[in-house]
Amino acid sequence: MSFLNYLISGISLGSIYAIIALGYTMVYGIAKMLNFAHGDVIMVGAYICFYSVSRFGLPAPVGVLAAVLVCTALGIVVERLAYKPLRAAPSLAVLITAIGVSYFLQNAALLLWTSNPKVFPNFFAAKKADGTVITGIDLAGGQLTISYVTIVTIAACVIIMLALTWFTGNTKMGKAMRACSEDKGAAQLMGIDVNSTISVTFAIGSGLAAIAGVLLCSAYPNLVPTTGSMPGIKAFTAAVFGGIGSIPGALLGGILLGVLEIFAKAYISTQLSDAIVFAALIVVLLVKPSGLLGKPIREKV
Amino acid sequence: MKKLTKTSRRNYLTYLIVIAAFVILQILRTTGAMSSSLKGMLVPICAYMVMAASLNLTVGILGELSLGHAGFMSVGAFTGTTVAIALQDAVPAAPLRLFLALIAAAVGAALAGFLIGIPVLRLNGDYLAIVTLAFGEIIKAIFNNLYLGLDSRGLHVSLLADTTNTAPDGKMIIQGPMGIGGIQKISTFTAGFLLVMISLIVIFHLTGSRAGRAIMAIRDNRIAAESVGVNITKYKMMAFVTSAALAGSAGALFAMNYSTIVANKFDFNTSILVLVFVVLGGLGNMLGSLVAAAALTILPEALRQFADYRMLVYAIVLILVMLATNNPTIKAFFGRLKPGSRSGKEAA
Repeated sequence: MSFLNYLISGISLGSIYAIIALGYTMVYGIAKMLNFAHGDVIMVGAYICFYSVSRFGLPAPVGVLAAVLVCTALGIVVERLAYKPLRAAPSLAVLITAIGVSYFLQNAALLLWTSNPKVFPNFFAAKKADGTVITGIDLAGGQLTISYVTIVTIAACVIIMLALTWFTGNTKMGKAMRACSEDKGAAQLMGIDVNSTISVTFAIGSGLAAIAGVLLCSAYPNLVPTTGSMPGIKAFTAAVFGGIGSIPGALLGGILLGVLEIFAKAYISTQLSDAIVFAALIVVLLVKPSGLLGKPIREKV
Repeated sequence: MKKLTKTSRRNYLTYLIVIAAFVILQILRTTGAMSSSLKGMLVPICAYMVMAASLNLTVGILGELSLGHAGFMSVGAFTGTTVAIALQDAVPAAPLRLFLALIAAAVGAALAGFLIGIPVLRLNGDYLAIVTLAFGEIIKAIFNNLYLGLDSRGLHVSLLADTTNTAPDGKMIIQGPMGIGGIQKISTFTAGFLLVMISLIVIFHLTGSRAGRAIMAIRDNRIAAESVGVNITKYKMMAFVTSAALAGSAGALFAMNYSTIVANKFDFNTSILVLVFVVLGGLGNMLGSLVAAAALTILPEALRQFADYRMLVYAIVLILVMLATNNPTIKAFFGRLKPGSRSGKEAA
């Protein structure tokens, strides 16, 4: 039973990674840039949700909505101010700018919200008639516990994935995104507004980051200005794991990485779990250099 | 007199500037005209300069993005410091001990660079970058859980928990997440300066040689280089290992400037910090890397007056500099100012 418990919490953590990885993968697919500030958008989303619920007493769904709106706006503003002027610049310059944005968000959060850890409220708890709070469902006579957070996280991940697959496959904007990721020049010649397509991609990625932030902090309720950086790096790893630029790849990579991390923690060593996760990434990349579901890159001579 | 080529003129100018800076700083230091906070930063600045120059070899000359350079710094720091502590009684003279420690650090990091290079250099582009990031994190995790004890029976190593059974007469050198404590601060500014000079000599000689031209050919067009018979793996590995070795000695220099050193000091943020030096200083431009390393190490200190806002200001400066240096209008303007370059019309 403990195996099943670990598997479920692994899938839950992996779903969070997958949602974050989607943001990375979509932005990479279109703008061909590693957006290192993505992890910090998660943190901003979590703080917005925390403050709107705990300080202003708004109901949880409104708090999540506020977080999504603020992060979407943040994504668009950052893209306009910092990345758009560098569209033609070498990719390293864009990378350093993204790092600058990441520092900026972290330090702005430090000034606004201080380094004192905030305890994120658990939205997903029900009160029984006798007043006891239940946070999950007990199965198999109490041996298997599935918390509500886990259920919501996995459900959110599946819904987001289906919605995005539909969006990129069937809507005009989604098709424009795929066209831009294939060939920006050709897309422009076909009358696609490349700049607004990239803006929309950043907006969607950042909005998803806000949701991921709320889910992450619901499962691991310690919120500090650097909360987003390690999950950000892990999710980036997950995106590469599954093949960067591919939406199902982000899902697969995220879930595999989450399960692997929880299993490594449970069965091998807590301290070395990160090392094991990264070692697995290296092995995967050596066997399949473009990730599990990535398109093999053909080189033109 | 033999006429110097443009490249070697630039190289000699770099040497000259570094020597001049050392002499000026040394004078300021001995006459007491330097603030104590700046004095304390001299060795770290030298270490970061070597880090920046060595990463520039990988990123600027070899053309591969590395996000795990701090990993080599970590290997060097731990190897070098361990050697220095182990030799504390055998070699009483501090400069000699420092020298031996730096050599050991360079060898250790070169070995790590070779082992990591075998898988890493098979990949290209962003995938290579993410694998170097992964190796950096793995090295950090290993040193965070490594225990190393020294007693009369020799060295004892264990991972995860302290099971080294070091005899009571011996001492623990590496203590897992606590790192290495009780380090004798034997790094000096002069040693730092010499290390910067040696790194420059190594890098300039490598890039000026036949091997260096092969490395740059791989950077400019890998397929073309391969088709004219350049051994890609060999030259990529040469640049990568040299870069790792220099980073390792920089790590040892850095570590022996403090009394304790922990593995978490050499994390992803440190790798990124050094990458920022390299990109701001200009890819392939060693003098630029050195200046950027020095300036950006001092900058947070110089921004003291902004107190809490200093890292925020640092981030904004970083973004603005990247935007300004990549702005076509500003680029064209500076292109016209630069003497010896093509005329303004052409540059624009």
